[in-house]
Amino acid sequence: MTDLIIVLLVVLVFIIVYQIGKTSELASTINGEEKASQKNNKTIASLLVLFFVLGLYGIWKCNDYFKDKMLPVAACKTGEKYDSMFMDTLWVTGIVFFATQAVLFWFAYKYQASEKRKSSFFFSHDNKLEVIWTTVPAIAMTILVVIGLKNWFEVTAPAPDNAMTVEIVGKQFNWIIRYPGKDNELGVRDFRKINDANNVLGLDWNDPHNMDDLISQQELHLVVNKPVRLLIGSRDVIHDVGLPHFRLKMDAVPGISTTLCFTPSITSDSMKKITGNPDFVYEIACDQLCGKGHYSMRGVIVVETQEQYDAWISKQQSYYSMNNGAPEAPKEGTPAGGPEQAKNPAEKAAGKPVMMKN
Amino acid sequence: MSNQTITQEHAGALAADLHHSGSAEHHHEHHEQHFIWKYIFSQDHKIISKQFLITGIIWAIIGALFSVFFRLQLGFPDSTFPILSKFLGEWAKGGKLSPEFYYALVTMHGTILVFFVLTAGLSGTFANLLIPLQVGARDMASPFMNMLSYWFFFLSSVLMLISLFVETGPASGGWTTYPPLSALKEASLGSGLGMDLWLAGMGLFVVSSLLGGLNYIATVLNMRTKGMTMNRMPLTIWALLFTAVLGVLSFPVLFSGVVLLIFDRNFGTSFYLSEIFINGKALPNVGGSAILYQHLFWFLGHPEVYIIMLPGMGMASEVLSNNSRKPIFGYFAMIISLVGITFLAFVVWAHHMFVTGMSPFLGSVFVFLTLCIAVPSAVKVFNWLTTIWRGNIRFNVQMCFAIGFVSLFISGGLTGLFLGNSALDIHLHDTYFVVAHFHIVMGVSAFFGMFAGVYHWFPKMFGRFMNNTLGYIHFFITLAGAYLIFWPMHYEGIAGMPRRYYDISAWESFKQFQSINGFISIVSIIVFTAQLLFVLNFFMSIFRGRKVTTQNPWGSPTLEWTTPINPGHGNWEGEIPEVHRWAYDYREDGHGNDFISQTTPLRPDEEAH
Repeated sequence: MTDLIIVLLVVLVFIIVYQIGKTSELASTINGEEKASQKNNKTIASLLVLFFVLGLYGIWKCNDYFKDKMLPVAACKTGEKYDSMFMDTLWVTGIVFFATQAVLFWFAYKYQASEKRKSSFFFSHDNKLEVIWTTVPAIAMTILVVIGLKNWFEVTAPAPDNAMTVEIVGKQFNWIIRYPGKDNELGVRDFRKINDANNVLGLDWNDPHNMDDLISQQELHLVVNKPVRLLIGSRDVIHDVGLPHFRLKMDAVPGISTTLCFTPSITSDSMKKITGNPDFVYEIACDQLCGKGHYSMRGVIVVETQEQYDAWISKQQSYYSMNNGAPEAPKEGTPAGGPEQAKNPAEKAAGKPVMMKN
Repeated sequence: MSNQTITQEHAGALAADLHHSGSAEHHHEHHEQHFIWKYIFSQDHKIISKQFLITGIIWAIIGALFSVFFRLQLGFPDSTFPILSKFLGEWAKGGKLSPEFYYALVTMHGTILVFFVLTAGLSGTFANLLIPLQVGARDMASPFMNMLSYWFFFLSSVLMLISLFVETGPASGGWTTYPPLSALKEASLGSGLGMDLWLAGMGLFVVSSLLGGLNYIATVLNMRTKGMTMNRMPLTIWALLFTAVLGVLSFPVLFSGVVLLIFDRNFGTSFYLSEIFINGKALPNVGGSAILYQHLFWFLGHPEVYIIMLPGMGMASEVLSNNSRKPIFGYFAMIISLVGITFLAFVVWAHHMFVTGMSPFLGSVFVFLTLCIAVPSAVKVFNWLTTIWRGNIRFNVQMCFAIGFVSLFISGGLTGLFLGNSALDIHLHDTYFVVAHFHIVMGVSAFFGMFAGVYHWFPKMFGRFMNNTLGYIHFFITLAGAYLIFWPMHYEGIAGMPRRYYDISAWESFKQFQSINGFISIVSIIVFTAQLLFVLNFFMSIFRGRKVTTQNPWGSPTLEWTTPINPGHGNWEGEIPEVHRWAYDYREDGHGNDFISQTTPLRPDEEAH
């Protein structure tokens, strides 16, 4: 019933607006086109200026509204550089934005046709002006490119030798994280050996490096001020490791290994204090559409001190021992648990938003 | 079509035909004017243009309605909307959109708006209408191919429409349909039959686009009337020419990408697939690269952005100059900047792929090339501003839209400087910042160019005017609404909020944006309603609009206004007029007019532009 009333109301409003349109046009024909169009010009030009002024006010209000909702300080060095470069770019574009928009609406108002203003100024080109406004943007762009590439090569630089290596692998719809264990080396893995029951990454048990590797789901532990080399992979479709607090992002592509190297500089605990939010967590957001559970493909990063990290990792069991070491991974599709587990999270997602944990 | 319009059109066409049977130079097979040949399988570029426009409008309503559906979910994830279940049935059980269908709607919204509305609906309409009329030709180089171009588009539309009704739903992997998600039926419901229909539909769309584009290029290069040298053409024609060049050179690459994807889906090849374990099974495919598809896609995908923008730029140039009663400032600079944009459009595609793990050095090259585009774009903006400077501005509806176009082009263009710079893109990539950027610049801004064109050339298309008051209401709601919707999205993106999230309530970092999402959704519903006002105005004006009584209602020097008010097939009743001057001679002609038509010979003391 309410639906019907709403529909009727909308239709009614439409009819009214349409009739207003009709009558005003009729009125202008009766009053004489010339005069009507001049009056019209003044109204529209004023409305455009009003729009511009209200727009400026809106930008200010909007800025005010979002002030305390944005990200906290960047949690790594390259992130800080990102923030400063963002501000530089914002200054350049901001000045251009306000200048050109102001000129646009000001000209529109000032040069409206009116009784006083009967003709225009024939001005078809001016080489000097055109050279100026080709060169100035070119110089501004050069500056932005130079700053940008400097930061880009820094952020994509290989990690230093003392970096810890962690692997993060995406699958529909969660993250699997692997630490190299005591030998500090990740063993070989093969997608054909994957088995959701006891070998989620397809580790090759013939490779001794795999024996002490640790696997955890969703939670990535990092040490503050220690460089990390994140090896990124995917089991099925393209995902993306999005780290908003570190201002970083990298795709997880099946069949290709990608990397992100950075040095976290603020622990999770300090960040809780900085933000004043006791629930604060560093989140890993999937940033590449990967299917129906994409929006819930969430991981968490815990940045802690070396002592805390050591305490945590000493409590972890190697993936091999946890799964009681079947030396050969079972053949494809045999375990009943596998496929079911894979399907499970997706089913949960259909109802209401839940964070998936395997 | 009302009887009235048909009679008018018929009379016009008859007059033209009578004449041509006399001159026997053109015009041939159109003597029997049966309804089907005249209005359905028509070879008249003006009718084909209307077919593209009306099909485009229908698609635009569907595409925009989809966005209203998913905005309801984004704005109010905790509420149910029983009306949704009436429209969508099982996909919105109890009035709540399912995630699968949310992604399907997002995908189809993008596909429809980018390809069916802003490519076919925009250049299909205006290239068809304006190229023959403004260069002085009786029709396209090949009217038959032109007709095929529409009908391939129609077939492609039919396939896409069918895909909305299949059991597993339409494609749902995003409008970019990256494999493996789009390649594997196991990966998502929408990668089933819906995806096959999407791919077939896009294949046909490419065929349509190529048939049209080759025709536009051939017509502009070969069929200009006497005296219409290239440097006398209006900027609309230049823009439409480069649009066609972009399409002809880049759509085949998309086609190859689509064909390889069809192979991977159906014939067991591994172009894009490698080392995949899905649904409890390891797939046999090895050695392919999922990134290869992205290269093929974006080799079209980026020029596609300019395929959408250039016609709007051309039409805005025309409308700004016409209503400022001043020549366009820097005509040659405008052409050179179009050339620059067209060339650069082909060498920047990988800026969509900075975070795919591509070589940082390669990335840096694309950063440099991408930021180069800012220069010709800036030149265009400054030239538009100078065009209205000291003009004698008439604020009719098309002028409002042209000014809105410039404003939005500035706003959306500037945010491109953030995204094109890889060191910033590494954070902003695939966030709402991107959504805000491309919606403002190639969504709303391109639409404003299109609206300016529709209001400006409606009298030429239908012999009537659109209602002005409704036009102004439409304009102000759309302009204010566009900024209200997309401005806040920049902030969400700067805060890292990813796009294509069905629900953000479980994210500690993003859940604070829920209430602003509600606000955005409400505004988008209002803006959608305002578009329906445009549609109403459009269709009512075809039949009831104020009639055009003068040949040249906007006082424009260009050739299309030298044709009869309702031109028939063949456009000019007598000889095609000869052109003597450029398209922007807004000067006193000595007879009380403030412009000199292109057909007026140069005075003895005058120099050509």
